[in-house]
Amino acid sequence: MVDVAVIGGGIIGCSIARELSRLRLRTVVLEKGSDVASGSSKANSGIVHGGYDCIPGTLKARFNVLGNSMFDKRSKTLDFPFKRIGSLVLAFHEEERIHLKKLLQQGIQNGVSDLRVIEAEEIRRMEPNINDAVVAALYVPTGGIVCPYEMTVAFAENAVKNGVEFRLGFYVETVRKQNELFTIAGPSGDLTARVLINAAGLYADTINNMLSSKHFTITPRRGEYCLLDKTEGSLVNHTLFQLPTKAGKGILVTPTADGNLLLGPTSDEIMDKETTATTFNGLREVLQTAQADVQSLPTGKIITSFTGLRAASDTDDFIIGQSPDVENLINVAGIASPGLTSAPAIAEYVYSLVKKITRAQEKPDFQPRRKAFPKFRHMSARERSEAIAKNPDYGQIVCRCEQVTKAEVLAAIRGPLSVRDLDAIKRRTRAGMGRCQGGFCLMRIPEIVAGELHIPLNEVTKNGSGTNLLTDPNKQSL
Amino acid sequence: MQTVDLAIIGGGPAGMAAAIGAHEQGIEDIVILERENALGGILNQCIHNGFGLHAFKEELTGPEYAERYIRKVTELGIPVKLGTMVLDITPDKEITAVNPKGMLHIRAKAIILAMGCRERPRGALNIPGTRPVGIYTAGTAQKFVNLNGYLPGREVVILGSGDIGLIMARRMTLEGAEVKAVVELMPYSTGLKRNIVQCLDDYDIPLLLSHTVTEIIGRHRIEGVKVSAVDENQMPVPGSEQFISCDTLLLSVGLLPENELSMAADVSLSPVTGGAVVNERLETTTPGIFACGNVLHVHDLVDFVSEESMLAGRNAARYLQNPEPASRREIPIRSGQGVRYTVPSFMDPDTMDEVLTIRFRVNNVYRNCYICLYFDADRVYRRKARILTPGEMESVVLKKEMFTEHKGVSSITITAEEATNA
Repeated sequence: MVDVAVIGGGIIGCSIARELSRLRLRTVVLEKGSDVASGSSKANSGIVHGGYDCIPGTLKARFNVLGNSMFDKRSKTLDFPFKRIGSLVLAFHEEERIHLKKLLQQGIQNGVSDLRVIEAEEIRRMEPNINDAVVAALYVPTGGIVCPYEMTVAFAENAVKNGVEFRLGFYVETVRKQNELFTIAGPSGDLTARVLINAAGLYADTINNMLSSKHFTITPRRGEYCLLDKTEGSLVNHTLFQLPTKAGKGILVTPTADGNLLLGPTSDEIMDKETTATTFNGLREVLQTAQADVQSLPTGKIITSFTGLRAASDTDDFIIGQSPDVENLINVAGIASPGLTSAPAIAEYVYSLVKKITRAQEKPDFQPRRKAFPKFRHMSARERSEAIAKNPDYGQIVCRCEQVTKAEVLAAIRGPLSVRDLDAIKRRTRAGMGRCQGGFCLMRIPEIVAGELHIPLNEVTKNGSGTNLLTDPNKQSL
Repeated sequence: MQTVDLAIIGGGPAGMAAAIGAHEQGIEDIVILERENALGGILNQCIHNGFGLHAFKEELTGPEYAERYIRKVTELGIPVKLGTMVLDITPDKEITAVNPKGMLHIRAKAIILAMGCRERPRGALNIPGTRPVGIYTAGTAQKFVNLNGYLPGREVVILGSGDIGLIMARRMTLEGAEVKAVVELMPYSTGLKRNIVQCLDDYDIPLLLSHTVTEIIGRHRIEGVKVSAVDENQMPVPGSEQFISCDTLLLSVGLLPENELSMAADVSLSPVTGGAVVNERLETTTPGIFACGNVLHVHDLVDFVSEESMLAGRNAARYLQNPEPASRREIPIRSGQGVRYTVPSFMDPDTMDEVLTIRFRVNNVYRNCYICLYFDADRVYRRKARILTPGEMESVVLKKEMFTEHKGVSSITITAEEATNA
């Protein structure tokens, strides 16, 4: 039996787990994927939003503004990439100024600081490649960019360090409540918990509706993206938005925390929660819409495209708090945008709820800091020499585009979460995320994994069981 | 900081031949920097035969072809640093590299770029669909099958008919997989004719010209692809879509010269080839930096890589022996009608050797045509060609004597002209 079970190892589950690890509680995170951040948390815009577009009084408005203010400290304490580059909401016609004003007013009401409307001349100084048609913009200095999967990993690793247990590959089939205890069961076993936190993302409705008579629905909202080469990362200096619509914040153009250029997302409500396929029309919409923001879009520099699914609730707001009819069930559901921005604030709030329910004490030996393993690409020449002298694997580059060394791949495998999939290694090291998209490192990393884990090469997987890179030894089927 | 007369970046067929060429001209203070733990480059995984027909009049496998050069490099005692990745080259020819022993800083008097090329990945094509396991570039699959001894799958579709894709169609078949189709966007193959015959026709593997993959399907492992015919603008034809089930999709959709280091060294690149702009000595726009092999332009036969790279080595040696030649003329070599590019892009008749081979590719399939060479508006040479395709590199030879009658020539043009009024 555990004190708290968290269902879902996305950014919400992991940031909650990290805050709960401050308490004297036995906490377990159950994640159906083979790594944390393997759903919506790995495929989103990576934006830390200002909070001007949330409807005042909503949970989204409250947690967005509060969450945003926590990023400087959290990114330092937990060592994940974050840059407060600011964002611009662009107006292309004089008539659109009125909408900028409305957003400005709404932002002030939500508590967003330093907002102002700026004119074409100032915009061009800030963004030399901006489209000539832009007449004015809402400048949001508090906007930022973050690496969403590294952020999730950072929270998860710090949680592990402070005693939280992660069960990866744990698919929750049923949840029951009997005699004040939750029983959570699936193909890989079962466990009981006093408090259940439902951070199951797209499936938060399934979990809630198994326990509560107060049903809600989560609808997947598909967002398609195109990612461009790092050579284009400085095309823009801020995150560029167009005016928001009912469908959301619209298609943005932004540098990423790792220096690429990102375009997207589209916004389509779909039925299937597992469909992360990109579509011809979606990718075309991304490129056509993004085209309006800048003078010319280097579409020849696209290195990959992908789809993320937002977990949108039927209330159009976050659903956060204790279930009205199931005691000790805490729902953290419907965490669509601005979920990533809100995560640190949501986690603090859930921490206070759990503390009240369990009356648990703070751990005196809580270790707030987490350090990522050193990256060769970030080192000075001298640091590189020192690193190689200590560990010759730092002198062996296995991913050419991102300059990832064998030492980093091994550090990812040996890290606190004991991952072994290529995608998990990629999220921690960036191996395979460059312009050749794994053409070089795909020949090397499986050999390192097989060697480290003492398994044959055809047991190396991309992301969980059934994703073996290689099927048979040669001539097996002859 | 270590100093060296000549640093060669890459120890594949280009780098080895360049080193041998320079050594033959009397340069001994050379270093070859190779990122793998063996010389030979991509030849090491090319276990099929067909190499060396031009260079040795023999049919060798890739490793056998490489071995001849490795032996020569060893015999000549040319220093090689293996397992060494070059990270940066400055226009002043300072090289930063890394290997498990530490960081290397080398100041070279001349550099030969011989880094080869890489394969165009799926992302560059922006094919819609899922992102399951089972999608590999043909070269990655070749490494898994030929060097590791494992198949990526049993039912294969190959997108693109580049030579590595064709070679892998045969290899996968021989290792027990079923290759269901090779799908090519263009109305012609981008590979060598002999590979179409020996790798597809001989095994009854269908080649679908003017077709492309329009969607990738499969949640965890690829389950199949949608393939459509395309019109003359390469857009899918509605209603032509068919589903082909497969557990592996191999991509052979083009090779890109690997010029990140060249750009760091301020070398100008051709937007057509993706390789450096060079003169007849294969010298780039950065003085003392030369380029050869697939980093300069993608070749289809290694024999010509070796030949070109020997020349780059000899020219680098001459540069080292006489770094500041008399003022040079630079006559542009233009790609005329039907020609996509030429290498070199410039030449100097005063300093050229007795003969100069100009290599080029055509931009479409041409039948019964003439390859013509013009000095300004005067045609100085022509040769009949039964068929020219973009997949096969062509060449014409310039002779020094051609210039005696055309002393003031200001540009040279190569064309591929239809033979209608010939």
